Amino acid sequence: MAIWLTENSKVIVQGMTGSEGSKHTARMLRAGTNVVGGVNARKAGQRVDFDGKTLPVFGTVAEAMAETGADVSVVFVPPKFTKDAVIEAIDAAIGLCVVITEGIPVHDTAQFWAHAVAKGNVTRIIGPNCPGIASPGKSNAGIIPADITTPGRIGLVSKSGTLTYQMMYELRDIGFSTCVGIGGDPVIGTTHIDALQAFEEDPETDAIVMIGEIGGDAEERAAAYIEQHITKPVVGYVAGFTAPEGKTMGHAGAIVSGSSGTAEAKKEALEKVGVRVGKTPSETARIMREIMQNR
Amino acid sequence: MDLFEHQAKELFAEYGVPVPTGKVAHTPHQAREIAEELFSAGSKKVVVKAQVKTGGRGKAGGVKLADTAEEAQQLAEQILGMDIKGHTVHKVLVEAGSAIAQEFYFSFLLDRANRTFLSICSAEGGMDIEEVAATKPDAVAKVPVSPLTGVDRAKAREIAQAGRLPAEALEGAAELIERLWAVFTDEDATLVEVNPMILTTDGRVMALDGKVTLDDNADFRQPDHAALADEKTTDPLEARAKEKGLNYVKLDGSVGIIGNGAGLVMSTLDVVAYAGEEFGGQKPANFLDIGGGASAEVMANGLEIVLSDPSVKSVFVNVFGGITACDAVANGIVTAYKLLAERGESVNRPLVVRLDGNNAELGRKILDDAGLPGVERVDTMDEAARRAAQLAAAGA
Repeated sequence: MAIWLTENSKVIVQGMTGSEGSKHTARMLRAGTNVVGGVNARKAGQRVDFDGKTLPVFGTVAEAMAETGADVSVVFVPPKFTKDAVIEAIDAAIGLCVVITEGIPVHDTAQFWAHAVAKGNVTRIIGPNCPGIASPGKSNAGIIPADITTPGRIGLVSKSGTLTYQMMYELRDIGFSTCVGIGGDPVIGTTHIDALQAFEEDPETDAIVMIGEIGGDAEERAAAYIEQHITKPVVGYVAGFTAPEGKTMGHAGAIVSGSSGTAEAKKEALEKVGVRVGKTPSETARIMREIMQNR
Repeated sequence: MDLFEHQAKELFAEYGVPVPTGKVAHTPHQAREIAEELFSAGSKKVVVKAQVKTGGRGKAGGVKLADTAEEAQQLAEQILGMDIKGHTVHKVLVEAGSAIAQEFYFSFLLDRANRTFLSICSAEGGMDIEEVAATKPDAVAKVPVSPLTGVDRAKAREIAQAGRLPAEALEGAAELIERLWAVFTDEDATLVEVNPMILTTDGRVMALDGKVTLDDNADFRQPDHAALADEKTTDPLEARAKEKGLNYVKLDGSVGIIGNGAGLVMSTLDVVAYAGEEFGGQKPANFLDIGGGASAEVMANGLEIVLSDPSVKSVFVNVFGGITACDAVANGIVTAYKLLAERGESVNRPLVVRLDGNNAELGRKILDDAGLPGVERVDTMDEAARRAAQLAAAGA
């Protein structure tokens, strides 16, 4: 079954005609994603060829949905225009909007998130500044390299792109139901908790890997949620133990300020509720392997 | 980017937020001149305030009152060059002393957990708000602010009332809060804090201090923000890396780090620090994320920056081949060596390379065939980190 993205998902790409958008549309198609079109108001009516498959460009998300039945949008438009693109997707009431774009001002993200809430949370937003979501063997919406892993029964939720790939690769023989990269910005749509809840309810997921990093208190809140609601085994990893206070580590949200947001605090919170936390990515993979083999 | 107090106040003034009259001095002599101006304009006292981007300046002796210009000069002499929590004081703000009747606390900030904005207001100002919140939670009002509706005068009044500000301060505070909201949104700030916000003995509400954090992601629509960057406290290597579009943070260890993806690089720092414990406490020398693409030029620029740091004794290149497969990364490293040679730079410290992921075998073969001097290939992250730490200890 996987979560949020399945073989039945019909995907449109906002910003498909741009360089990143077209490169990754081609990759998504090769990974077996059912991409049904793109959106660009200035290029409406054109058709774009991807290795022999021709996709239509629509003027609006609403029009693309009406014509193709699309239920997922992947957003590659540049930071300046991302807010408007996401609000357009929300107004069209698409089910899932995956925002890949990096470098969006946080005021813009706060605005489109507030807009999504005001519209009744009809649209699930993943990201921004994230690698997207992949259900191996089924569909891939974003920039996660699909071919480094296999379908299986582990669910993965992560703030970091490359650590997601690392984990998918290390556990490629066991395989994944769905891998969700939620992004490392201070304000994000889908959270660790949302993914944990969905994996708990997914009959095709047996165990969950959760990857966090310094900044904010999302991992601590996830730990509290796990204690109350999650019965499946969860293995955790937190990056940034050696990060100094006050320096942003790559992701806009990855910053330790004062005593809050440290990796140590996150690890302690997770371990307190029975989550086994790996010291390194490979140890984390080893723990998960052990859990899956002893099932 | 965090602003200095004087920058925050200059910004406030542009938005009509009342702040004390004052100017920045870089020397004791300048401090004296500014103080003379303030006294002749009618000030009874002047304040000399250390300009550093950290809290606790008062406790550290970085904020002092002067009764004469002579005294202001002496205080500036003491304060300039002072070290406050690792920050050297390069400038002081000399401003007119205010007749304070009461001190309050006010801030707008990003509420990450609730994915919205928050205002915090309290009649108990002037001290650490976290401490007040811990000891007297009822005294600190936290009022959510929707990014869609923002703060008008009525909302500002609601916030001031929730903070239990006295009746005589309410209107003045509401006006100030409304203007601070304009600073917060129009300047793409993630924090605007005024502690203390004061009521003067003649009934005016002013910002006596100011702390502002600006969102770097908004630089594209905030052309004025570049001028606010502080060259003195920016590490020269960080500045050079930024010019080259690299995401580099200088740290204080001996193992240079290059990796792709913020999370993986953060994780690499940790793994190197763990491995380094075995070799006399070797630590990572930097954070450098070369991103998903990792072209030869980016790799060359990255190597150049990392090797410019004399404390680097070995370099650990940790790349996971995802979208950019390992063969492309390996070719990038090989070409980077050529590019560096052309620029007259040589890689004169050992390099440990770990390549994993897409086309790992092919990438490793390319590296092996190239036979670059000083390059060692180790295939797991943990082992590669260990080797890099060992080499750093040997080179120290």
